[in-house]
Amino acid sequence: MRTLNTDVLVVGAGIVGASAAYFLARQGRRVLLCDAGQSGTKASGVNFGGVRRQGRPLAQMPLAARSHALWGSLSALIGIDGEYIRSGHLKIAFNEQDMRRLEAYRDTVTSCGLDLRLLDAQQVRLHYPWLGTGIAGASLCPEDGHANPRLVSPALAWAAQQAGARLMEHCRITNSRYDGRNFLSETADGQRIESRFLVNTAGAWAGAIAQIFKEPVPLTEIYPQMGVTEPLRAIMNVVVGVQGGGLYARQVARGNIIFGGSRARSGEAGFARPSHQSISMLLTRLAGLIPDIANASVIRFWSGVEGATPDLNPVLGPSATTPGLFHGFGYSGAGFQVGFASGEVLSQLVETGASAIAIDDFRIDRFAADSGKLQTSLPHAGKRNTDEISISK
Amino acid sequence: MTLAPVIVGAGPAGIRAAQILAKTGLRPIVIDEAARVGGQIYRQQPDGFSRTARTLYGFEHRKARAVHETANALIASRQIDFRPSTLVWDADDHHLYVSSAGRHDSIPYDRLILATGATDRVLPFNGWTLPGVYTLGGAQIALKYQGCAIGRQVVLTGTGPLLYLVAYQYCKAGANVATVLDTSPFPKPTQGIRAFVADARLMAKGVYYMAWLRSHGVPLVHGVTAFEASGSDRVEAIKWRQSNEATAQQHVLPCDAIACGFGLRSENQLASLLGCEFVFDEQDRAWQPRVGADGESSRANIYLAGDGARIGGADMAELTGQQCAYRLLQDLNLDYDAKQAKRVTKKIQRGRHTRLLIDNMFAPPVSWLDQADDALVVCRCEEICVGDVRRMLHEDPRSGLNRMKALSRVGMGRCQGRMCGAGAAMLLAHEQALRLSGVERLRSQPPVKPLRIGETPCEP
Repeated sequence: MRTLNTDVLVVGAGIVGASAAYFLARQGRRVLLCDAGQSGTKASGVNFGGVRRQGRPLAQMPLAARSHALWGSLSALIGIDGEYIRSGHLKIAFNEQDMRRLEAYRDTVTSCGLDLRLLDAQQVRLHYPWLGTGIAGASLCPEDGHANPRLVSPALAWAAQQAGARLMEHCRITNSRYDGRNFLSETADGQRIESRFLVNTAGAWAGAIAQIFKEPVPLTEIYPQMGVTEPLRAIMNVVVGVQGGGLYARQVARGNIIFGGSRARSGEAGFARPSHQSISMLLTRLAGLIPDIANASVIRFWSGVEGATPDLNPVLGPSATTPGLFHGFGYSGAGFQVGFASGEVLSQLVETGASAIAIDDFRIDRFAADSGKLQTSLPHAGKRNTDEISISK
Repeated sequence: MTLAPVIVGAGPAGIRAAQILAKTGLRPIVIDEAARVGGQIYRQQPDGFSRTARTLYGFEHRKARAVHETANALIASRQIDFRPSTLVWDADDHHLYVSSAGRHDSIPYDRLILATGATDRVLPFNGWTLPGVYTLGGAQIALKYQGCAIGRQVVLTGTGPLLYLVAYQYCKAGANVATVLDTSPFPKPTQGIRAFVADARLMAKGVYYMAWLRSHGVPLVHGVTAFEASGSDRVEAIKWRQSNEATAQQHVLPCDAIACGFGLRSENQLASLLGCEFVFDEQDRAWQPRVGADGESSRANIYLAGDGARIGGADMAELTGQQCAYRLLQDLNLDYDAKQAKRVTKKIQRGRHTRLLIDNMFAPPVSWLDQADDALVVCRCEEICVGDVRRMLHEDPRSGLNRMKALSRVGMGRCQGRMCGAGAAMLLAHEQALRLSGVERLRSQPPVKPLRIGETPCEP
């Protein structure tokens, strides 16, 4: 049996793992970046493509702010523009109650430096005349935007490779143990990997790896429902989300409108399929939100497979049981924007044992009954509708 | 409660399957995208058109009429529940999801026969996106359904038995066929003899078409290695060569329309969405759902008939439709004519043998895209050129077809790979020096065809 030696084994080449591998390799670490399939094919590369801070829980603001800076130098990081545009992100309220939630959220996050502008119904009509009727108002985050995950996520894995990390695709980690000094991990194709550090960024599959190290996490799989229209004339000048959830949409330069909301269902192993109740609802909402496109056609529906936690915050930080093990998963459908900074945090944890960004709210043991931090309540814009959370809406 | 069996497709396969199920007293639901039964091959003209079956279907007019009459009788006597103008755009273990007259609906099923038919296999060539370029099937439908020709000066090209049939039908309808360009070489005498032995009637028809065309002054050119459409705003001429050597003479012929097809490709997206197992079929040179000896798929309650499962033509479609129905009845422990079922199975075996001989005479070119220009459009929906794909593969040399789709957008447009998939797979195989069977299958996503956003959702 072949044994590979490395400083750090990163399990999962999605955006978080690839980012961790990138920053570690840049610091001269020997890194193996493994993925059971291909980089960015389960959630990181198939998500909606929203790159937004607006709507995130307060606890994620420092992480989102750092990621925002990293997204600003995307081309330098990954060598392509990734179709990243700071178009603005508009969160719409359909009633006064939701508008008050948007106001309260704005008041909460102002201290974090997030610049949100509240618009009344008339201002919304003026700036976004293509939106349907019945809108009470909206909250605009001008610096948020969108990017193409299909391009960004694989390109980040390749950037890590260029920086010196070794990318091993179709390489599933089946077992791992810590012998007091090193991690000994086994792959499905019979290789052994010895590493000083282990970074668990395996998305929906990360719970199983945490479990190996006796850290059970209440991680569930979610399958956000997304779709794309045929190319249309330029209509949308901003990414749109709805307070309370249920629908989000953006238009790409090619003209296609990408949209999502609600959930798909699990299909064959590792793939998700649309759910038809959700599709009917989604199309009705979409035609209501942007009436001009009611006669356009959807050419594809798809979904991804993502891990979600009960409080919808990620698990990010050191293991509570095993020194040298670090986790970064459970982004609950909103990891695309914060993925870059999360990887950087993981690299800092490996290098120095400490993160420059506050991550205490993301501790892995917060779900344990005796931690006293179960279901930490965090300031959040409005009710926690499961519809609201979708892959990087 | 047991649900009625559902048949998707009202062509020769679907209708013959429905007939057998109806005889047993089951009342199958038969769904078709078209307004009337017949499928592509026996497509009926719209109301108010009065051409005779003989004019429309030539030698096959009796078969076409028989299929239509069978279907009409079943519909009139309410022995089948016919749902015309209905698109099945997705399916799962228990439901078909349909769109009809601007409404979404779902149809529950226990047992399903997929008879979804085929389209032309499209391979790109320079100028193929110019107005005036059609598929052979498209040219045939213009004639059969709309009652018009695709142009005044028509060139038919590609390969396959359809090439000569369409040429004959066009000439008979009074159109001017300037030439027929076949990428296959003229069949060797041994090939011809073997095919004659296998099915003399079928071969006689083929020979008749060719002889008729020649005697009416239509030039038939065999062994064409490359052709391209040229023109500024629309097709003005076709250029072709009969050798890939640089010195080979280039022929030019003015024309105003070109129809091209390289055999057929199965519309097997529903089988794919339903999770049927697929295998690479060397004869069809494509991934096809695995079909068992009696027409069953890898899934216990799904049966596969006609060209949608394996390319076989209209006669085979009738037979495989019957076969699926017999197998379905057997699986339901209902009485069926076992003797007749056995006869059908034998005929299918013979038909497959004939088909193999014919396919060998009209094999689609293997290396069609080996020398393709970087500027050649491979995906017309997304306007992606061969050069874009080559650059992408240079960056990611081990990319599979699905990754190639994600990175290059080939197959991401309106057709979702139905039209460009064959060319994309061929291009990838060449660039990575793989056999076509080494290229993975494009993962299917719903909808099978574009779905209008503003359609009314079904009642909950």
